[in-house]
Amino acid sequence: MSSADQPIVLGFETSCDETGVGIVRGTELLADAVATSVNEHARFGGVVPEVASRAHLEAMVPTVHRALETAGLKLGDIDAVAVTAGPGLAGALLVGVAAAKAYALALGKPIFGVNHLAAHVCVDQLEHGKLPQPAMALLVSGGHSSLLLVPDVATDVRPLGGTIDDAAGEAFDKVARVLGLGFPGGPHIDRAAREGGDPDAIAFPRGLTGPRDAPFDFSFSGLKTAVARWVEAKQRAGEPVPVADVAASFQEAVVDVLTRKALRACKENGVDHLLIGGGVAANSRLRTMAVERAEAVGVRVRVPRPGLCTDNGAMVAALGAELVAAGVEPSRLDLPADSSMLITDVTA
Amino acid sequence: MLLLAFDTATPAVTVALRGDEGVLAEHTEVDARRHGELLAPGIEKVLAAAGCSRTDLTGVAVGVGPGPFTGLRVGLMTARALGDALDIPVHGVCTLDIVAAAVAADGAFAVATDARRREVYWAAYDVTGRREGEPAVDRPAEVADRLTGLGVAGQGSRLYPEQFPRALDPELPSAAVLAELTARLLREDPERLLPPEPLYLRRPDAVEPGARKAVTQA
Repeated sequence: MSSADQPIVLGFETSCDETGVGIVRGTELLADAVATSVNEHARFGGVVPEVASRAHLEAMVPTVHRALETAGLKLGDIDAVAVTAGPGLAGALLVGVAAAKAYALALGKPIFGVNHLAAHVCVDQLEHGKLPQPAMALLVSGGHSSLLLVPDVATDVRPLGGTIDDAAGEAFDKVARVLGLGFPGGPHIDRAAREGGDPDAIAFPRGLTGPRDAPFDFSFSGLKTAVARWVEAKQRAGEPVPVADVAASFQEAVVDVLTRKALRACKENGVDHLLIGGGVAANSRLRTMAVERAEAVGVRVRVPRPGLCTDNGAMVAALGAELVAAGVEPSRLDLPADSSMLITDVTA
Repeated sequence: MLLLAFDTATPAVTVALRGDEGVLAEHTEVDARRHGELLAPGIEKVLAAAGCSRTDLTGVAVGVGPGPFTGLRVGLMTARALGDALDIPVHGVCTLDIVAAAVAADGAFAVATDARRREVYWAAYDVTGRREGEPAVDRPAEVADRLTGLGVAGQGSRLYPEQFPRALDPELPSAAVLAELTARLLREDPERLLPPEPLYLRRPDAVEPGARKAVTQA
């Protein structure tokens, strides 16, 4: 069923609130099973690490079996195990790493501890084929906002910049709260903006876009505060808050900065493929604007379908398969979970 | 039988292997911050020391706490995944009972382990070594009031000598003891074995947010 360049890999992802177990054969997706504890976090307005860790322990074995059933495979068919070693919530990562080690040990198969961000890049291969080398990657989620130059996703990932305060998805969560919308904020803001919101209604600030600012870093904290101030001023004046306009204008400010910087990074590095990943890549305005602006400068945009953009085990398996094919040494069984793992380390 | 036993609910990562005749190998390392790194290599070490293969295992015994959550989950996740992948049963034992099973006392006693935040996980045991009631988490002074001078095994008596002046051995659980205890329970009283569910005894720390604070001064 498998061969050296088409290994069957079982991937584990538990860096945040999703328990993801995926199975791939080379770049072919066989199964992507995800259990989420998001509803348990909603009332807290953010992910509670201990709640997420407890949920991972309970969900893991059933999720493995859901993935095997979907793939029509048995554990004995697995050639290698891959697991997110970091970055992420320490206690949550540890559950996935413990599970992956135990399965690898029991099956007598190699284990690869991998970088969560590199996995977000690699997942696109399951949908759109091999990544061009080099590719530019814009990763935007509740925990990350990074621009990465990717000469080779298995061995060479270089950070160009990232957020200096809030992650993009975090800003969506906080603004959603200001507007009285639900958690997580991204889908709610996106929906509100599409319900007749005018993206030019309010000129919210574009962080770190001055001539002397770091060209590839992001800042969303000031934007979030600007939105809160604007909404509070309306409320104090006793005027209704135009939720759709605020949502659309906020979203426009985020997406404008993300796409502008990503395409500048493409231009300065001579890269003509831009991959967008992470949960915020599911945002409809980000997808539209990225494609429009990229086409204008001859850059091709690749965005995996929303289910593969959010955290999942298939992306980890995809990177594991890439590592096996590239002949990278497996990790040792004492591999640690590393909550602040650097993106320059693709494997642990 | 070939029973793999381990406990990660205290600073000790302790692993043992028991065959039909008794314990074949034990490996223990004490490092409260590295449970996730030490457990799987520890399992490989006891298998290698006993000259056994993972596929020879017939069961897993795991300490289910109570214990600090992060380390505790490493043991439980490992036990459940091994049980699943090897298709063998997983038996749970209260970690305080593992400590208690190694106590040589000539009367009633108690076990107290470190629950952090100036509290201990604890339980009292009668003269036959049987636990009285369910494990609990409390402040050492409150526990001392209830125990009225009993000897106390476990790390709690080392951390709080004023409250627990009569420290008993052992300080930490041993997987060899867990393996022996599990083998005996399987033989004599399997109903007393627990499912591999964590004994957290505390709710997650999380507070529901109140009304959002304004960023501008009113």
